[in-house]
This record gives sequence, structure tokens and C-alpha cells, in this order.
Amino acid sequence: MLTDRRDDASPRVERAQAQEHGPWAPRGRWTALAFSSPRQWAALEKSLDEAVSPQAGGSTAWDLRGIEALDHIGAQLLWNHWGRAWPAQIELTPSQKAVLDQVASYSAAPPEAPQASFAEEMRRHFAKGPVLLRLAREVLTLVGQLTFDLVKLARAPHRGPWRDLSGHLYQMGTTALPITALVGLLIGVVLAYLTSNQLRNYGAEAFIVNILGLSLIRELGPVLAAVLVAGRSGSAITAQIGVMRVTEELDAMRVMGIPHGFRLVMPRVLALAIAMPLISMWTSIAALAGGMLAADSTLDISPVFFIQQLPRAVPFSNIVLAVAKSAVFGILIALIACHHGMRVEPNTESLGRGTTASVVTSITMVILVDALFAVLFRGIGFSIGG
Amino acid sequence: MHSSAWQPLDHGDAPVVEIHGLWTVFAGDSGEQVVHRDLALRIERGEILSLVGGSGTGKTVLLRQILGLEHPTRGEVRVLGVPPAALSAKGAAVVGMLFQHGALFSAFNVLDNIAFPLRELKRLPEDLVRDAALVKLQMVGLGPEHAHKMPADLSGGMVKRVALARALIMDPPLLLLDEPTAGLDPAASDSFCELLRGLHRELGLTVVMVTHDLDTLLDLSTRIAVLADQKVIVAGPAEEVIRFDHPFIHDYFLGSRGRRALLALDEHRRRS
Repeated sequence: MLTDRRDDASPRVERAQAQEHGPWAPRGRWTALAFSSPRQWAALEKSLDEAVSPQAGGSTAWDLRGIEALDHIGAQLLWNHWGRAWPAQIELTPSQKAVLDQVASYSAAPPEAPQASFAEEMRRHFAKGPVLLRLAREVLTLVGQLTFDLVKLARAPHRGPWRDLSGHLYQMGTTALPITALVGLLIGVVLAYLTSNQLRNYGAEAFIVNILGLSLIRELGPVLAAVLVAGRSGSAITAQIGVMRVTEELDAMRVMGIPHGFRLVMPRVLALAIAMPLISMWTSIAALAGGMLAADSTLDISPVFFIQQLPRAVPFSNIVLAVAKSAVFGILIALIACHHGMRVEPNTESLGRGTTASVVTSITMVILVDALFAVLFRGIGFSIGG
Repeated sequence: MHSSAWQPLDHGDAPVVEIHGLWTVFAGDSGEQVVHRDLALRIERGEILSLVGGSGTGKTVLLRQILGLEHPTRGEVRVLGVPPAALSAKGAAVVGMLFQHGALFSAFNVLDNIAFPLRELKRLPEDLVRDAALVKLQMVGLGPEHAHKMPADLSGGMVKRVALARALIMDPPLLLLDEPTAGLDPAASDSFCELLRGLHRELGLTVVMVTHDLDTLLDLSTRIAVLADQKVIVAGPAEEVIRFDHPFIHDYFLGSRGRRALLALDEHRRRS
């Protein structure tokens, strides 16, 4: 009984009264739900193919009264099958006619997707102005606004967003400690293993302290920490500010007369400017610890010797340089992230694009600026005579 | 048994939604909070039922439980004779939902948004899907020229209309609306109500809506269910609900706004 009923309900097209030239008679439930069954749809497609459309010289008479249920999708299917025109002869109930009438009247030709002409594209492209000029203006606005905000803070320190600052310090600094330590430690171990092989060839085992100390403290520590923080905090800042833009929180702040620069950008920039040097030193220490352990096991250089030798191999100016460099990295990451966050448009795609752009730009900038530092300070921080 | 999900939805005269013995308890920091206590509700086929209640009485939670998005702590919800979880295989073909803010996919244009549930079947030919989406777009009163706009470029009223078209794309027998007229101007609200009434008549829908808009409420609903004291205290036509003696109903319908809306309704009925 149940199977009988199910077969009856499946949509199909038959000859009425099973005559050779009788009108086509669709039967069963012509609904979206029925079409969503793979088996029923395949069967229906086959039987529709047999019921040749009127244009192709098939029978032009249709009898819809056998249809159990006809919804808009079913009606659309019939209408499209008829070549978007009424068949010559048709029998149908008033409710079926209502549905088909609606489909017929609304079956407009789909509008063309708007496609900009070449001239239009060119005009739009040049209307934005030269890319470099625009970028320069944006950077200038960003840095200028930050300077104004810092002056404002210096004039009235008691009105500064200190609670925000401490929150960001915790979020961007403290919670980054475990991951940076782990990455630093492993890089230190790997670097020590690699160099120890080469040094042993020359019998210059003791120089591992100089190589590890200089490269880790001066270059790898700050850059590693900056890349990790750009991925961690840079994306978080962009997403936070971007969502605030989507939910109109930014507009609400502006209406209340609370400037974005002072309350959103400056605390984040300050927090990263303070946290970044600390994280970078922390990463360097972890990396040195890793290198020290590896040197002990591969070259028999004792930790005591390592620690005694380190200050002689790495002059103090290197640490100053690393700290200054890291502060600049922190400021860059925060500024770039805030900038991309403010430019997010109210849709999900733009948020994703903004976050990606923020991370990629800040990592690239970190490496560019690091190269600049390397060139500018090439005469500073190397102990004379090795 | 495996093909049961594709069987026609022939549930006879069974109610479209049946809820009984429903408990919803939220565990919060400040202890447990009972939202629904032994709640019962029946929604018959072809009704337009409005859920009314003060803030925090669990109207939207109830709607989400009917959709199967949330599970009650205790008790049973049956939609078209089956638990809501079993309906998810049929999805948009059974229940259409208009979310309060539209919930349009911001990465798709209007036409692709409306066509999305149909296209996800991955079976129907592309021209059929597109035509069906265009028909629904025009049924909700928007011209084909809006088909290629992105959701971000639409006004609030247009977002609601597009979302309604998407909810209706597979002609589901049950339509749920969360605050359908919130955020629309009076003219847009009126035309949206007119549209809903027309669709209800044409498609034979069962509509369940949550609304705070008294005009919409009295204008559209065939029955009103009032949520208070953690249960449905009364469910019936407007006249019956207003006569029910409860402080919430007194404040809600017989306050100055309620009186105005009732007066307007009376006049409207007398004229037509």
C-alpha cells in the first residue's frame, strides 16, 4: 500500500487514457520537494524527454488535471518545457491556472549582468589616482593622526585610555609568551645543530657563541617575534575593528564624539610598541636557551662557558638596536592592522580580505624595515677582532 | 525506510506544529533560568499565528526550537508530524525562515541568494533555477533589475523582501517570521503585510511570526498566542485574547498604542 502510494506521488508525464495520440498528462506531485529526490528527478527528466515539446512537432494537448500538487518550481518546469508559451490545448484546474499564470507573467528574460566597458574600467582606474600617491596620502594621514593623538595624550595624560592600554598589553603581550617561547626555543636548537657541523670542520667550536648570540639577538629574535605577533595580534586587530565597522560601532563612537584614533588606534599602537620589544627579548632568550642546550650536546660547550662568553661576543649596543627595532615593528604592525580594519566594508568577504591584507602587509613591512635597519646600522654592535 | 526523507509531506489533518510539555532552562552564572515551563501550543494548517510576549519571554527561542536550531531541555516539538531534526534533510522545502536582519549571504548577489537552496540540490537545470528565482523575486514585489545587486547595496525593506523570496523559493508549507516589519517605515510595513497576506492566500502557507508591531499583529494574524509566566497563557483570535484577564495583556493591548491599533482595526473592518 505504502509503495503504491509513493509511486503514484512521483512526478511523471503519461499519455492520458494511455492512448497513442492522447494529450500529455503529467501526474504525481510536481513540487520542489519531489524534485529534490535524485531518483524521482531522473525518472521525471526521462519522461519529460519523451513528451516532446510542441515546437518539436509533439502533441500540443496537455491535461494537467491529474497533477496532485503543483508549486512554482513544478509550474516553472512545465512552462520552460513548453518553450515559455501556452500549449495549443490545455485542461487545468483554476488553482493550477493561477500558479501557471503567475509563473508566465513573471518569467522575464533574465537581466544581463552589468559589465563595465573598457573605457569605463579605465576611467574608474584613473579616478582613484596614482596608487603610490594614494598610498602616500594614507600613510601620512595615519602617522599624522597618531602624532596628534600622542601630543593630546602628553598634554592630558590623566584622560588617556589607560584601561584599554593595559587590556591590549595583556592580550597582545602576555598571552603571546608561550607560543613565542616555543618557536624561539626550536629555532635556537635547529640553528645550533646546523652551525655546529660546519664549525667542527674548522675546529672553531667556541665561535658558536658568537654566531648564535649575534644572529639571534640582533636579527632572528626580533623578526621571528614580529612575524608571530603580526599573525596573532595584527589579524585580531583588523578583525576587531572590521567587525566594529560592520556593526556600526565605529559610527556610534563618532556620533558620541569619541575619536577613533585616540580610543582605538593609539592604545593598540602604544601597547604593541611596549609589548613588542619585550616579546622580542623573550624570544631571543628562549632561542639562546635552545642553542645553549644543543651546543652542550653536540659540541661539548658547557652552559657555563656559553653564558660567560656571551657578553664578550655580543656588545650591549646590539640589545639596544634589537629593542629599538622591535618597537618600530610593533608600531608598524598595529598601524597597518588598524588601517586595514578601518577600511573593511560591511560584508563578510571584505572582512576576510582585510584581515589577509593586514597580515601579509605587516609581515612584508617587518622584513623590509629589518633590511633597512641592517643597512643603516651595519657599523654598530660588532665586537672588534671577533 | 531510507527513502522516507523524500516521501511527500502528507501528514493529513495533523497540526503543522505541535508542542507539549516543553521546558527550556538556561544555565547561567546566576543559577538556572527557566524560560519555558510546561509550554503547550498547536498550530493548525493555514493559520497565521503571532507569538506575543514581553522581552525575554522566549519567543525567538521557541521559533528556533521549531526550526531545530535549539533543543528544548525537556518536552517535545513536532513539525509536520516529525521532530524538527528529521526535517533538516528536506530543509528549505519544508520550512522557510525570515530572520530578523535578513541573513542574506553577503558574498552573493540577490538572484544567487534567492536561488541558493534550489541550486544546492545540484540537480535542477540552471535555467530553471534562475527562472524560479526571478519569479520569486517579482512575487515579493521587486523588479528583475535588482537581480544583480549585492545585499550591501539594498535598503532595509528590500533586504527583507529578498530574504522572504529566499525563504519561499521551494514553496515550503510552513513559514516562520522573526520581527518581519521591524525597521521598516509604515508604508513599507503596510506593503510587506499586504505581500504576506497575498502569499498566504496564494500559496496556502502556515505562518508563525514573532512581532512587536501591534498593527501587523492585529492586521495579519488569524490567531495570537501570548507568552507570559513561562507558558502560553492564551491562544486565540484577537477579540478573545483581549478579553483574557492578565496584567501583561492589559498593558500590551489596552495601553494607548494598543487602543489606537484596535480602533483602527475596527474602523477598517467596518469599512470593508
